[in-house]
Amino acid sequence: MKIGTPKEIYEGEARVAMTPDSARQLQKLGYECAIESGAGVAAGFSDAAYEQAGVEIVKTAAALWKTADIIAKVRQPVETELKRLTKDKTLISFFNPGGNEEGLELAKSKGANVIAMEMVPRISRAQKMDALSSMANIAGYRAVIEAGNNFGRFFTGQVTAAGKVPPAKVLVVGAGVAGLAAIGTSTSLGAITYAFDVRPEVAEQVESMGAQFVYLDFEEEQQDGSATGGYASVSSPEFREAQLAKFRELAPEVDIVITTALIPNREAPELWTEDMVAAMKPGSVIVDLAAEKGGNCKLTVPDEKIVTDNGVTIVGYTDFPSRMAAQASTLYATNIRHMMTDLTPEKDGQINHNMDDDVIRGATVAFEGAITFPPPPPKVAAIAAKPKKDAPKELTPEEKKAKEAADFKQQTKTQVTLLVIGAVLLLGVGLVAPASFMQHFIVFVLSVFIGFQVIWNVSHSLHTPLMAVTNAISSIIILGALLQIGSGSALVVVLAALSVFMAGINIFGGFLVTRRMLAMFQKS
Amino acid sequence: MEFGFTTAAYVVAAVLFILSLGGLSGQESAKRAVWYGIAGMALAALATLIGPGQGLWLLSIVLIATGGLIGAYVAGKVEMTGMPQLVAAMHSLVGLAAVFVGFNAHFEAGHVATILAGAPTSLNATGMGAWMHEQHLGTFAALIAHKTPVELNILKVELFLGIFIGAVTFTGSVIAYGKLAGKVTSVAKKLPGGHALNASAAIISVLCLIWYFNTGGFVPLAIMTLMALFIGYHLIMGIGGADMPVVVSMLNSYSGWAAAAIGFSLGNDLLIVVGALVGSSGAILSYIMCKAMNRSFISVILGGFGGAAGPQMEVEGEMIAIDAEGVASALNEADSVIIIPGYGMAVAQAQNAVSDLTKKLRAKGKNVRFAIHPVAGRLPGHMNVLLAEARVPYDIVMEMDEINDDFPDTDVAIVIGSNDIVNPAAQDDPNSPIAGMPVLECWKAKQVFVSKRGQGTGYSGIENPLFFKENTRMFYGDAKDSLDKLLPLID
Repeated sequence: MKIGTPKEIYEGEARVAMTPDSARQLQKLGYECAIESGAGVAAGFSDAAYEQAGVEIVKTAAALWKTADIIAKVRQPVETELKRLTKDKTLISFFNPGGNEEGLELAKSKGANVIAMEMVPRISRAQKMDALSSMANIAGYRAVIEAGNNFGRFFTGQVTAAGKVPPAKVLVVGAGVAGLAAIGTSTSLGAITYAFDVRPEVAEQVESMGAQFVYLDFEEEQQDGSATGGYASVSSPEFREAQLAKFRELAPEVDIVITTALIPNREAPELWTEDMVAAMKPGSVIVDLAAEKGGNCKLTVPDEKIVTDNGVTIVGYTDFPSRMAAQASTLYATNIRHMMTDLTPEKDGQINHNMDDDVIRGATVAFEGAITFPPPPPKVAAIAAKPKKDAPKELTPEEKKAKEAADFKQQTKTQVTLLVIGAVLLLGVGLVAPASFMQHFIVFVLSVFIGFQVIWNVSHSLHTPLMAVTNAISSIIILGALLQIGSGSALVVVLAALSVFMAGINIFGGFLVTRRMLAMFQKS
Repeated sequence: MEFGFTTAAYVVAAVLFILSLGGLSGQESAKRAVWYGIAGMALAALATLIGPGQGLWLLSIVLIATGGLIGAYVAGKVEMTGMPQLVAAMHSLVGLAAVFVGFNAHFEAGHVATILAGAPTSLNATGMGAWMHEQHLGTFAALIAHKTPVELNILKVELFLGIFIGAVTFTGSVIAYGKLAGKVTSVAKKLPGGHALNASAAIISVLCLIWYFNTGGFVPLAIMTLMALFIGYHLIMGIGGADMPVVVSMLNSYSGWAAAAIGFSLGNDLLIVVGALVGSSGAILSYIMCKAMNRSFISVILGGFGGAAGPQMEVEGEMIAIDAEGVASALNEADSVIIIPGYGMAVAQAQNAVSDLTKKLRAKGKNVRFAIHPVAGRLPGHMNVLLAEARVPYDIVMEMDEINDDFPDTDVAIVIGSNDIVNPAAQDDPNSPIAGMPVLECWKAKQVFVSKRGQGTGYSGIENPLFFKENTRMFYGDAKDSLDKLLPLID
């Protein structure tokens, strides 16, 4: 089958859904690849580069839609594009199925299969094709870069000969993929970074990226992110008040605010109010990553950069990934490629649209003339539900104690039994054996005991050296031979001499080889 | 005490030996520990030469020096893959030495008995002592001469045991050496009659003991020695190559017990102490190995796998092969890699190639670790030594328990020349001969590559469902050649 990628129609969209690298990988899956002439230019991939990767260059979009069996693109397709679909074609793209009913209807009427990249379920197995995450990652990074571009000072604090520069303070609201990427970028530029999220369980992730988590003085049953597939949901009015109060407190301090708060299928919540903007210092920057959905700040103008009366810059671009087209295309193309890998289990260049597969089912919004959106909940929960994790812990305090006690009792029992048996045996031997024998016997028993105690501590990796060294010291038998070698009888002398000789080999061989082995063990 | 100095030296030597074994608990302290062992041995030998040892010092020293030269030569030359053979061969020397020393003790005892028989009956205790002194007896002979009849009987039992264990150790080790060096077939082989032969040989030995106990003649001793030699030979012949770790540590244990038994008959405490240390060390190692295979010591020693209670699960699916390019691209993409080496790596001498691969992957910031199953290879800890030789740092070499939980988070697991220790049937199939044996759960990694020479089964002859799993790809070929092909492709 043939996979084709047309040029993006949307104004200013620079990304492309296939790169020369991804095309090579797709060809390994058995597909032929085609691309519309000039589709990759804006992302820095020339037609020649595609041609080198074995991709067929098609002159026009119409020809491409006609020749390709599978069409991979980035932006939501427009009507003209959808009309080019036919029954046996598959479209892979962002589709916004929640707000694109006409598109769904059109795809249904054409009978084509449509896979919406934003519908890939958030489960571990599907991470490699999660285009939302890979795009959000870029948006988070780019948001910090845009902020820095519009911010008149250093991020990092410096003490220079020309005076002291305070570090910039950055507040990231919403610690999703984009938020975490922004936190990482901002901390690595040296800014003091704060982060807030309605899901307290992400505090750990935030702190792991080097930012401080902003905690609220608020007692409420906290949200469990696992119920909503790892996304945030709407919070209660009281919670919202506490949150806004905290932001008001922070507003005069922070230099850069990056808001990334989005709730699936809803307008973005207003988190940065006008009075907060007014409280900010002149020269501060707000980057609103939620601009497309109305913005977390009501002053945001989508796709534009504005400066307020008090000198605060508000960046409302909605095309951050497209502004880093080369990077975004590489990641998106890889997501697509992974999706194709899952669709092609046989690696034979034929799509196997398996609707029993959680990931494929979840992402498919139109299939063989029917709308399959919204999908049923996936069989695998995105994030393990929390209560499960707590369950074993709750059992612990008393039961654990009881179990420990029982274990201890059992251990004592076996140990005492063994000791009693051992003691009885020893006594039994002592009754019949003469004292001289008992002397040696006690030495023997104690040595066995010491041996057992000592050897258990030997590390597994040193078992071979242990064998070599015990082998060397077992040639202590040489003492016996040395004791006998001076005896009168010739036979005894010969045998003893042989023993001394063999033990000699063993002593030196054993110790030297052990030393050689041990010298090889080294730390990294 | 006549030889107070010697006894003191023995105490110091015993302490040094204990420290030497105890020091092996960590890689760094081990380097010090081996010197403790050397010092202990030197002290013990020196004290014996100066003290109770008698005459022929020059001969003794020359013999030790010659033996030492050979030992040093062998130790310097041996390949690390040849370690198991070397250890087995050295065990055989200890066994044979124990047999000789035991014989000597017997001869000395006889010698003393004849002298005593010729002693004038009229002497009282003091006079007897003086008379004995005039006979120029050696230390050991003098010791025997002082023994009461009961003690002499015990002496007989002790040296009988010493010779028996020594003889079993000797032939057993020789056969183990042959198997490990590939000079004897590693397939489990038994003479017709099987264990009945061993049992009858053991019974004859017991009869010989009674005979010897009553008469003190050399004939029963000689017969018993032959029987013991046969048992050692036949017992080890009947054990397959995969069980060699247990066999080698068991022989190690035997050589210790033989030394301890001889120590009893010579009345030498240091021999007893060291013999007991070595004996218990070998016993513990055998126990650990058996536990790692979920088998009882008895079933290993009696050879063959026992207790399969029904038909094994049918393995479905097919083995899918992959070429070096495929493995390389997966490795280039992976963040975490776990390598599981086995005996196949030792056979192919691939440890250096593995080390190069590790270095390359680590240089790219990937998390590369090694998972070592306790019975991987032919000697306890065999893989660790091979990897250390190839300069793989020991802190990325993990034990089974340390790493088994990490497989689900691992991108790529590479199995190099191991089979049974990564067999999921041990967990899934209650009828499998290795059911219940703890295994490395490499199939939980996202992708598994198995480097293997061909499609055959491992030593145990058990089909391995791992090879048929969806996420498993077979990378056929000699381990070293395969890795050499792979290395330039990692960029």
